[in-house]
Amino acid sequence: MKTKGGLFLLGTLAMLILAGCQNVKPWQRGTLADYTMRGDRDPLGVTLDEHIYFSREMASGGRGVGGGGCGCN
Amino acid sequence: MQLLAKRFASFGLMAAIATTATAGLKVGGDFPNLASFQFEGELPSNLAGKIVMVDFWASWCAPCKKSFPVLDELQKKFEGQGLIIIAVNEDQKKSEMDHFLQENKISFAVVRDAAPDGKKLVEKVDVSTMPSTFIIDGAGKVRFVHNGFQGADTKKQYEQEIESLLKK
Repeated sequence: MKTKGGLFLLGTLAMLILAGCQNVKPWQRGTLADYTMRGDRDPLGVTLDEHIYFSREMASGGRGVGGGGCGCN
Repeated sequence: MQLLAKRFASFGLMAAIATTATAGLKVGGDFPNLASFQFEGELPSNLAGKIVMVDFWASWCAPCKKSFPVLDELQKKFEGQGLIIIAVNEDQKKSEMDHFLQENKISFAVVRDAAPDGKKLVEKVDVSTMPSTFIIDGAGKVRFVHNGFQGADTKKQYEQEIESLLKK
């Protein structure tokens, strides 16, 4: 009975977790590649964030990532 | 109860496999018949027996933009020898494609993969990245696949591959 319950729980969990997973196909990434999705689209905001980060951590930089979210190449 | 539990577990396993599996069209496979898809825009009419390059692109894809002048150059260079380039657009809005094409003038065929019946070529081919380019021989077999565009290196490969197919 314990095994049955475990299997049931495992199956239910798998269904719940997998239902939340959605692969965004390469040709569907137009929205992700949009300018408004960029973290650095507001220069003033980035400057303020950098200032706060530098004041707290005594370090700066390392925020950039390659690409614009479209996953191209 | 036991049966139900087993079914739940097996369903979860199947779903996991389906999520991680990738199909994708490989070298040697038959490229889908373009005539069986409804595109916005017209396909070139004389594809039989020709070397066809099908390029999947979108206006938001930076490498696609870089690849367009190269594709245009290839089309002009090999046009008389039997090469046809078809760029298949994957933009959500036609206006985005039109805007891109106004800024990037090209001589090869462009169609938009936006069939009213929802049957999209890109889903059938299942490309792994944007852009993706398939070089197809006269028999409709995929001979070369390019995922992404790496500038001069990719251009050189395109030329070598097209020439190798034209010699046959």
